Amino acid sequence: MPAAGIVTIIAVVLIVLALVYYLVSTIVALRQISAGLDQALAGVREIIEKSAPVGDVVKDINQNLDAGVDLLEGLLVKKAGLVDAVGLVEGLYPGAAAAGFRNFPDSRTVTPPRISEVYTKGTLTLARLGREAPIAAASPSGPVLRNVEGGSLEARSLYPENRQTRPEKLPRSPVIGTDAPVQYPPSEQRGGTTPGEAEIREKGPWAETAAEGIVPAELGGSDAPKEMLAKDPQLGSPALGETTGSDVPATEEGIDPSAGDEADATSDGGPEIPEGTEPDLKDAAAPPRQVDVDSADTKDDSAT
Amino acid sequence: MILWWIGNALLLLVVLPVVVYLLRGVLDAARSIVPSVNGIAAAAGAGSKDLDAVPLLLTTQDQVKQTVEVVANYGGSLDAIVDDAEEG
Repeated sequence: MPAAGIVTIIAVVLIVLALVYYLVSTIVALRQISAGLDQALAGVREIIEKSAPVGDVVKDINQNLDAGVDLLEGLLVKKAGLVDAVGLVEGLYPGAAAAGFRNFPDSRTVTPPRISEVYTKGTLTLARLGREAPIAAASPSGPVLRNVEGGSLEARSLYPENRQTRPEKLPRSPVIGTDAPVQYPPSEQRGGTTPGEAEIREKGPWAETAAEGIVPAELGGSDAPKEMLAKDPQLGSPALGETTGSDVPATEEGIDPSAGDEADATSDGGPEIPEGTEPDLKDAAAPPRQVDVDSADTKDDSAT
Repeated sequence: MILWWIGNALLLLVVLPVVVYLLRGVLDAARSIVPSVNGIAAAAGAGSKDLDAVPLLLTTQDQVKQTVEVVANYGGSLDAIVDDAEEG
């Protein structure tokens, strides 16, 4: 065989060897790929099987949640009003008011009031729960729900503090006495005499109260017009009595004024009784009968 | 005879390198796919394992129903108790 033929055979053998090596290696790699794809397919099949019911379940959950959201939105807007409802949501979740309520497109254009700056959550809850809440109670200054300063003050006053610092200005207590800026002369007198200046000096400051009366008529005292008085006054004139307004003694003889402050009606008053006259005992209580006394004594003896 | 030697030279210097180059490229491409496929298989297994909690959605579904029912009852009571907002 010529040398060229041997070289050709060697070249062909080399090419075949290269083909075998690389093709076998490629087959091995492809089999690894096939095994990996089988493993991946098994996982994907599991995913498909497990996630199959998710769509229906999530859809049902969303429907229920939608119903809940609709209910709560409607209730909130119905009870608080659209503006306050938006303010409440903004107060609890800052920035959430921009999205508005789903079923109330107008809520997106509402400027949320700063409810959270005026009321705490607890106070607001109380206010929402009913008119009986302290903050919602009727006030002569108007409803505090719309009164920013009043509402804030009311809200803060609900919480205890060690030192009372609020409100800053309490109403002044009424000044009574002879030096009071407003004098209320008594319009009626009930019991006793009206103390004069000398008696007030002698008895002390407490007598001034009697001098100026208790409650003037224009402020609803007991002598006020009937339309100012309660329907069922507890004490009226029949119960309290009233003075005659005269210094004339009520009895014919009167009380012996010579006794002064030591006067006693039993010794210094009443009619002069002639000597030797029996007292009139017709209204005195009768003593027990003797037979009853004897009967009681007999029972005591038998009991012992 | 010269042509034979030329043929041998072409076979050894051109054909053999080209064959080796091409086969090596195929082998490298096939080997590079293997780790990717293994990664996909691992991810699929992990994803399948994560979905083991899917049956709990049935419990969630039932509880959401109950919760919404309670909220509806509570809202109905509040609707009866609390006054409506004043109009205007």
